[in-house]
Amino acid sequence: MSASSPRSVLPGFGLSLGFTLTYLSLIVLLPLSAAFVRTAGLNWHEFYAAVASPRVLAAYRLSFGASFAAGAVNAIFGTIVAWVLVRYSFPGKRVVDALVDLPFALPTAVAGIALTTIYAENGPVGHFLAEGGLRVAFTRFGVFVALTFVSLPFVVRTLQPVLGELEPEIEEASATLGAGRWQTIIRVILPELFPAIVTGFALAFARALGEYGSVVFISGNMPMKTEIVPLLIMTKLEQYDYRGATAIAVVMLAASFALLLLINLLQKRSRRHHRV
Amino acid sequence: MKQFLVIVLLAALAGCNRRHAVALLNVSYDPTREFYTEYNAAFIKHWQQQTGETIVVTQSHGGSGKQARAVIDGQLADVVTLALSADVDAIARVGHMLPAEWQTRLPDRSAPYTSTIVFLVRHGNPKGIHDWDDLIKPGVQVITPNPQTSGGARWNYLAAWGYALKKYGSDAKAREFVTALYKHVPVLDSGARGSTTTFVQRGMGDVELSWENEAFLAAREFGADKFTIVVPSISVLAEPAVAWIDRTVQRKGTAAVAKAYLHYLYSPEGQDIAARHFYRPRDPQIALKYAATFPKVQLFTVDELFGGWTKAQKTHFASGGVFEQITTK
Repeated sequence: MSASSPRSVLPGFGLSLGFTLTYLSLIVLLPLSAAFVRTAGLNWHEFYAAVASPRVLAAYRLSFGASFAAGAVNAIFGTIVAWVLVRYSFPGKRVVDALVDLPFALPTAVAGIALTTIYAENGPVGHFLAEGGLRVAFTRFGVFVALTFVSLPFVVRTLQPVLGELEPEIEEASATLGAGRWQTIIRVILPELFPAIVTGFALAFARALGEYGSVVFISGNMPMKTEIVPLLIMTKLEQYDYRGATAIAVVMLAASFALLLLINLLQKRSRRHHRV
Repeated sequence: MKQFLVIVLLAALAGCNRRHAVALLNVSYDPTREFYTEYNAAFIKHWQQQTGETIVVTQSHGGSGKQARAVIDGQLADVVTLALSADVDAIARVGHMLPAEWQTRLPDRSAPYTSTIVFLVRHGNPKGIHDWDDLIKPGVQVITPNPQTSGGARWNYLAAWGYALKKYGSDAKAREFVTALYKHVPVLDSGARGSTTTFVQRGMGDVELSWENEAFLAAREFGADKFTIVVPSISVLAEPAVAWIDRTVQRKGTAAVAKAYLHYLYSPEGQDIAARHFYRPRDPQIALKYAATFPKVQLFTVDELFGGWTKAQKTHFASGGVFEQITTK
């Protein structure tokens, strides 16, 4: 291609886009389309029966509700963690930094068993909480705790580089112009961070939605109460009901995709709004 | 992708064949690990004496249903030794890898050893649990996995149902009993191992419904001074099913050795090893030898009371089945 090509100043667009599309198709679209093809064997009535029974609806509520709550809590506390790790230096900082990645690396089943051991009524923490009337293991709250655990790194790791880019001089400028600490945080820092926080939240939320390994240990899996959607998919598979299982999976996929798209749009808008 | 994997595996196996001995893969379920480790050693020796051929037997363990799905999805199992015949049926029905009438190819409906469902209670039996009716007394908590995700738990459920059916005489009464029973279940783990953890490690519940062999294993592993095994008056005859997978053994040329592997389970030595690992042997003489280990209990089969696994599965455990009806109310 000649240098006068009007398309782009960067060379290699065709090649890299081709590679991108092929790669995404192989890794993401192919398995997903298999789910849709399997579901296509069901007629509307069967599909509806598989995805909208009271038991499945209860599981959607728990899965989406607990994942949203876990993402939201991590958006707040993960931001604080990231702030501390970027802005301050203190002894043991590297260790704390490495700890954040632990939920990434730990096999989720190990996480689930460990959390259940700690929060069960005979466990070291659960024991005290139970005396105070709060039961964690084998309740919906336990599901939320497990999801918060596995999704924490997503918020922290998304925010760290953004915070690193944010120069302290901006805060100093804000202070010299007469802003108080809270004003600086709310009017200057948070608007800059907001798109990254939303991204972190979206990643954490998506991760929590798909989580299976750790939750099945701590939830107790009681129908209508503490069943998550991935467990119901396993339940269907266990009956060799591949189509019913993929039907639920397709609903989850569509809902997750719609939510993630919405979050992306929200993020884009807020970015445009603040950058003007 | 799958084909590619199969080709790679086949190539690897072909490579093995040329250099080493014949390799058999036994795809089994969770609690049979120690049993088959010992049995494999015995069979390898037996086969060498018989034919002069040295073979290798590898094992794979996991939840019974998961293992069946792995075989359907292409795991090259020469033989499967699973928790219930319905899982082997699924390999025949969904995977078309062996004939539908596989169960008639070996003696005793292809179940060389059996077990039953018993109660594991805390040491000394503080709640005085002796039979099924004691499980629905006020204040008793029962630990059993979810029968929709755990093959083992389906036996627990059917054992309870069969007891009530035999004692009270009608399906309506049996349903009442099972409904009451699951009201006493605080946690439905996804598998039998999870239930044992809940009962043993978490200290939840007063009684765990368990396969007899797993109850023995748990008692041995965690100390006999912690748990007592209670055998109810009536229970279900649990028949783990074994079969060779025609499609695989034809492709690999392992039909003869795979069949011999399963037949040897019925031999006195095979039966003795099974009994040592707490499975009830079929062979009357070996059974006599281990009579002290296995208390007498009135046993019914799933075929007798439920018209076979496929039917039981559909009525009780499918979506919208009885289990879902009584637990989602």
